[in-house]
Amino acid sequence: MPARSVARTTCYMCACRCGIKVHLEDGKLRYIEGNRDHPVNRGVLCAKGSAGIMTAISPARLTSPLKRVGPRGSGEFVAISWDEAMSIATERLAAIRRDDPNRLAFYTGRDQSQSLTGHFARMFGTINFAAHGGFCSVNMAAAGLYSLGGAFWEFGEPDWEYARLFLLFGVAEDHDSNPIKLGLGRLKERGAKVISINPVRTGYSAIADEFIAIRPGTDGLLVLSLIHCLLAAGKIDAEFLVRYTNAHHLVVESPGAADHGLVVRDDAGRPLAHDRRSASIVDAAATGIDPALLGEYALPDGRRARPAFALLAERYLDPRYSPEAVAERCGIEAATIRRVAAEIAEVAFNQPVILAQGWTDTAGRRHESMLGRPVAMHAMRGISAHSNGFHSCRAIHVLQMLIGAVDTPGSWRYKSPYPKPVPGGPPPAGPRGPGMPLDGAPLGFPRGPEDLLVDETGEALRLDGAYSWEAPLAIHGLMHLAIARAYEAGPEKVDTLFLFMANMAWNSAMNPGETTRMLSECDASGNYRIPFVIVADAFASETVAYADLVLPDTTYLERHDCISLLDRPIGSAHGPADAIRVPVLPLDRDVRPFQEVLIDLGGRLGLPDFADANGKPLYSSYADYIVRHQRKPGIGPLAGFRGEDGSAIGKGAPNPEQLQRYVENGTFWSHHLPPEQLYYKHANRDYLSGSKAMGFIDQDAQIVLQLYCEPLQRLRLAAEGHGPRQPPARLRARIASYCDPLPIWYVPLEESMTERDRYPLHAITQRPMAMYHSWGSQNAWLRQILPENRLYLHHDRAAEIGVEDDDWVRVYSRNGSLKCQVRTMSGVNRDTVWTWNAIGKRAGAWALALDAPEFHRGFLLNHVISEYLPAKDDPIRFSNSDPVTGQAAWFDLTVRIERCEPDEPAETAPQPGANPLRVRPKTEKTP
Amino acid sequence: MTMLPRSTPGSRKLGLVIDLDTCVGCHACAVNCKEWNTGGEKGVLPDYDKYGGQPDGVWFNRIHSYETTESGCSRTVNFPRSCLHCENPLCVTVCPTGASYKRADDGIVLVDTDLCIGCKLCSWACPYGAREFDEDEGVMRKCTLCVDRIYDESLPEAEREPACVATCPARARHFGDLGDPESEVSKLVAERGGRELLGELGYRPTNRYLPPRRATIAAAPLEAPAQTGRGIGAALLGLLDRALSR
Repeated sequence: MPARSVARTTCYMCACRCGIKVHLEDGKLRYIEGNRDHPVNRGVLCAKGSAGIMTAISPARLTSPLKRVGPRGSGEFVAISWDEAMSIATERLAAIRRDDPNRLAFYTGRDQSQSLTGHFARMFGTINFAAHGGFCSVNMAAAGLYSLGGAFWEFGEPDWEYARLFLLFGVAEDHDSNPIKLGLGRLKERGAKVISINPVRTGYSAIADEFIAIRPGTDGLLVLSLIHCLLAAGKIDAEFLVRYTNAHHLVVESPGAADHGLVVRDDAGRPLAHDRRSASIVDAAATGIDPALLGEYALPDGRRARPAFALLAERYLDPRYSPEAVAERCGIEAATIRRVAAEIAEVAFNQPVILAQGWTDTAGRRHESMLGRPVAMHAMRGISAHSNGFHSCRAIHVLQMLIGAVDTPGSWRYKSPYPKPVPGGPPPAGPRGPGMPLDGAPLGFPRGPEDLLVDETGEALRLDGAYSWEAPLAIHGLMHLAIARAYEAGPEKVDTLFLFMANMAWNSAMNPGETTRMLSECDASGNYRIPFVIVADAFASETVAYADLVLPDTTYLERHDCISLLDRPIGSAHGPADAIRVPVLPLDRDVRPFQEVLIDLGGRLGLPDFADANGKPLYSSYADYIVRHQRKPGIGPLAGFRGEDGSAIGKGAPNPEQLQRYVENGTFWSHHLPPEQLYYKHANRDYLSGSKAMGFIDQDAQIVLQLYCEPLQRLRLAAEGHGPRQPPARLRARIASYCDPLPIWYVPLEESMTERDRYPLHAITQRPMAMYHSWGSQNAWLRQILPENRLYLHHDRAAEIGVEDDDWVRVYSRNGSLKCQVRTMSGVNRDTVWTWNAIGKRAGAWALALDAPEFHRGFLLNHVISEYLPAKDDPIRFSNSDPVTGQAAWFDLTVRIERCEPDEPAETAPQPGANPLRVRPKTEKTP
Repeated sequence: MTMLPRSTPGSRKLGLVIDLDTCVGCHACAVNCKEWNTGGEKGVLPDYDKYGGQPDGVWFNRIHSYETTESGCSRTVNFPRSCLHCENPLCVTVCPTGASYKRADDGIVLVDTDLCIGCKLCSWACPYGAREFDEDEGVMRKCTLCVDRIYDESLPEAEREPACVATCPARARHFGDLGDPESEVSKLVAERGGRELLGELGYRPTNRYLPPRRATIAAAPLEAPAQTGRGIGAALLGLLDRALSR
């Protein structure tokens, strides 16, 4: 009989962080299943998670540190020892830090350890740090955190138990995976109605009760039209608005003045409202007042002011938001929009959920029940990946607020430790100079012009332009610009590009051809324009070939990890939670967990918090760091089992037994909120005081939902010539139009700059559920399911173009062309083509044979996307991004399709050529 | 020819009920099945050309996603396909060696690979395409309904279900005794109008598929705006005229 054992840990085949049970036989992987006790997945496991075995034994795993010996991109390396690898990295980074820490550009992928990587960047002293959020979901995060103090997906979830109507916007089988599937199953079981608004009907959209094939990039317009209908019919929750939002806050009405559009405040900075009962201007947070939502009022100092809601109502009641006015643009019949609005109103106001559960609000008032508006919403990439995504997402949040469907029974709910005050934290830290750590985290939350990272001319301090007038609320940075801007900036500005777990030379690049050219370009004397590239990854991805130094990572089954409340924890609406990964397999090759390497590097560099005053490293391992590191007194990477006896939650002294306690508990910790704290968390006294006690928030005051987003108005006023810090002339009009405190809709930027008759079709991607999140999806089982992809288009459109299933076509965009095969279908918007994301691979990568279908018929849409907008006369080219958040606008692409000639080779193009890794063994001498 | 066991009224008929209303086509069941069954008691499920030009392998369960048109309206269906453990399995009766057999006590259809000569008659006889040939061993393979899980008393009782059922993220798969009209799965079939697949062929499959549903909301049209031009309509004014309490 083989020796059998079962270890519990956390999956990392995608971003869901499901609990898994790993079965071993004689120390070898036998079976991975979901952990039934785990709060995220409750025992289920997706295709990717179930294929983890094949990732753990993938031949594409890197096996030792590598030093480049051939030209960049050639794939020629020599294996080196860890001592040598760490010496090279330490020497390089120490020199940078002594000179100008910002010359290190540190960008990480979906690594789930940003609290560590961000802290490393802070202590190193570089402002040039970001993670993958800038090309994934920053529009959702920024819109949510600036509106609700929470956000779709990681900081919120639908109330699957009580929702009666569920609106799913632009969810391309993604974020998050198993919880959404569990939730959809539950909604269907309960007979709730699911409406999917998506250009493509696959996956979740396939089982929706209603599928609305919207034109890409018009979701915001649809939502504003729904708002128009609801306002016109008086179907809003006015009581919710005055209690929980800033709808009644007075806004200065003084066009042209420096305070126009700002919230009226008293001397203590408290927002004011007009009380109809006393006919006077009062503290907007006072209880017992009857706040005006309409009208215009004179302030004691003579200024005029209007409630924020009045501005909102005036804007969206305008006939340009009527269903008839938006129908053609959205590709949805006006009658459908009116019906959906009516269904929202019916469910919200005629079918409320009332739970017989008392609770106490922040004003100390006891409520005997919890009133719910059971209309839940969720949105993701289809909103996020457009250059109008920030405002589109804000529009959805405004709709939620207007019908009183924020953290109520049946609606969208916060995942604890959210909500947090709006905006969500301190501003981004600026540079401090040679050898110095930053004063705060490099990623933060600007409140206005004073918090931007710009020089005296108003131009960006950061490499990627984040927190500049180009992208003021770029709270996740602009990773998609890192390579292009490092290339443009030149060696004086960027010495080392340090990438972790991000395939930046292939499927995470807009325009991989240009990106790899930038990575490979030398000056006349043969020096690379980007002097040094360090790549840390577990697999031989396309990007590894462009590294000078490769730091090989482990798989997720061979290391410790920490799903931390300081980063993006696994909390739910039921309470805060976090988790760890533990090594369940012994290492069988010369690789090290990246987090371990980073801690080692921090120690060698003598960084504060990584080394003591004498330069002695503080932590022996990542596990040691997880247990002993304290960000603030009592607050560390893990919230559970703190305190000397392990009984403290949230805050408490480090507990040397903490990891053991996590292991005993199934490698997670979760705290169940008592029933009176489960809803209205933004104004729930007991919840907020508990949240403060656990160290999640500093103050337990009510978190006022921001229907009207004042920080945007502050930026806009600067663009109109007010205040000491103003945008450069070239960006004034842009800031003035896009920094609108109320949601706006505009044609996505790239689309608006591209000739419609030449490129009439929208082109987007969806994520195959079995390969959701592209990293590590290249494995022997998953590639049997989807080894190559097609470009899907509507039957009618195919007939017009004259193509049939499997015909080869050329796809042209303003940025180039690619070749692929088509497949026709009916469940797709007629003006849209789409394909699966990240199936195509570069020949030679991922240890695949050179005849692999991924190379020959699999393709990336990325080849026809550019990180820049079409050039005009701008001295600095605009990035292909949301102008508020810098979110990569992947889905703004428009294309034209032509059938290939029959004699053209049946193979995808472009083909950048095979560059498999060729590694000389360590014993050979390095030339 | 292989004989079927005599069917006795009231005997157990273990099988799956698959809900096409909630199946999102995620392939979790297929991959977890592959994972459980490769190295399970019936041996390894082969993969061919794992990292090469024609990656393929043996799967007991495959998902097909396709579009249908009903009453002029098209929809996308995700359809998981595996052995239906038929009551009249011609795959068994055509077997020349007795390798394919149906168990009397629970109705599970299995292949004894020691007896299988790889003639493939059974896969020709199966109208559902549920059998896959193991090129490495030269024997036929098929879904076992995780017979090595469902009777494993070393597992907690809740875990004694097929891997595909345990892992299904949308909870679209159900396992139980379809011979017992009072079982949860039988009740689900009765309640939801569960269907036989290709019943007209007479194989009398045990598994059932639950058809897609459409939830609707009956909502009266919203009041037309009192005015078509700019400004606040009567409905909203009326609402906001009422006293509010903060």
